[in-house]
Amino acid sequence: GPLSERPLMEVRLGELHTWISTCDFSPQGLLGAVQKAWNSYYAKYINVRRGGPAGISMLLAGYCLLSYSWNYQYFRRHRWRKYH
Amino acid sequence: MNLSFFDQFMTPHLLGIPLILIATLFPTLLYPHPGNRWIPNRLTTLQLWLLNLITKQLLLPLNKKGHKWALVLTSLMTFLLTINLLGLLPYTFTPTTQLSMNMALAFPLWLATLLTGLRNQPSISLGHLLPEGTPTPLIPALILIETTSLLIRPLALGVRLTANLTAGHLLIQLISTASMALLPIMPAVSLLTTSILLLLTILEVAVAMIQAYVFVLLLSLYLQENI
Repeated sequence: GPLSERPLMEVRLGELHTWISTCDFSPQGLLGAVQKAWNSYYAKYINVRRGGPAGISMLLAGYCLLSYSWNYQYFRRHRWRKYH
Repeated sequence: MNLSFFDQFMTPHLLGIPLILIATLFPTLLYPHPGNRWIPNRLTTLQLWLLNLITKQLLLPLNKKGHKWALVLTSLMTFLLTINLLGLLPYTFTPTTQLSMNMALAFPLWLATLLTGLRNQPSISLGHLLPEGTPTPLIPALILIETTSLLIRPLALGVRLTANLTAGHLLIQLISTASMALLPIMPAVSLLTTSILLLLTILEVAVAMIQAYVFVLLLSLYLQENI
């Protein structure tokens, strides 16, 4: 179909910058993108009849990584500090 | 003076944007809406079972009028439980270590129970200030003591939660720093310290759950007296 309506996984690498230029970067557009991403993750990994710990664990691992990146500047030089 | 140990309790910032809203609202992602199916998925089933257990346990001692508080108490319990447990993951920020947040939760809810009691049954509420069977000369002193105990409840609620969680996180950081520092010098002692750290982590998981439960239980107790 047309480039703007294809989901991200079906966009070829060469067409990536054109796809980004067709994106809606208004607050509603960004919120809609976040909601779509969450719904597809939820439908694929959590909202299954016989799920396991994997769906939630990936979410929590992502949260840990995100918190790591947010706090990176604070513990960047922790190993070389004289007093902990 | 090393401030490094308390850095973990600083509100997270990214280029000046406070991230505490995201850290506080992240638990909502973990509780998806069940939709209109009877048995949606395992996660929702587990959560509904837990919510059932919590609600029945909390509302057992309350009379019919107190059942209006079911949503407030259950959602507060779930919120605190999730936030406390999430704070035990590495590098995450625990909003309940901030005294401001706990006081913001404790003070209005306590005040609500007090005002409910004073509005609906004023003499019974005031009667709680004097325990039965006190000797007559002690009455003035005891009323003052009971009033102080009543007014200090929100402070106690907030500070109890803050202090427990902050102390736990601090201990974990201290012991892990010690075990990392000892690793090149005395590996055996470092191993011992790591085993202490493991036990402490199990304790912290228990404390996280117990503190959430105690907060909500005490609120329901204050409600019981006043409703």
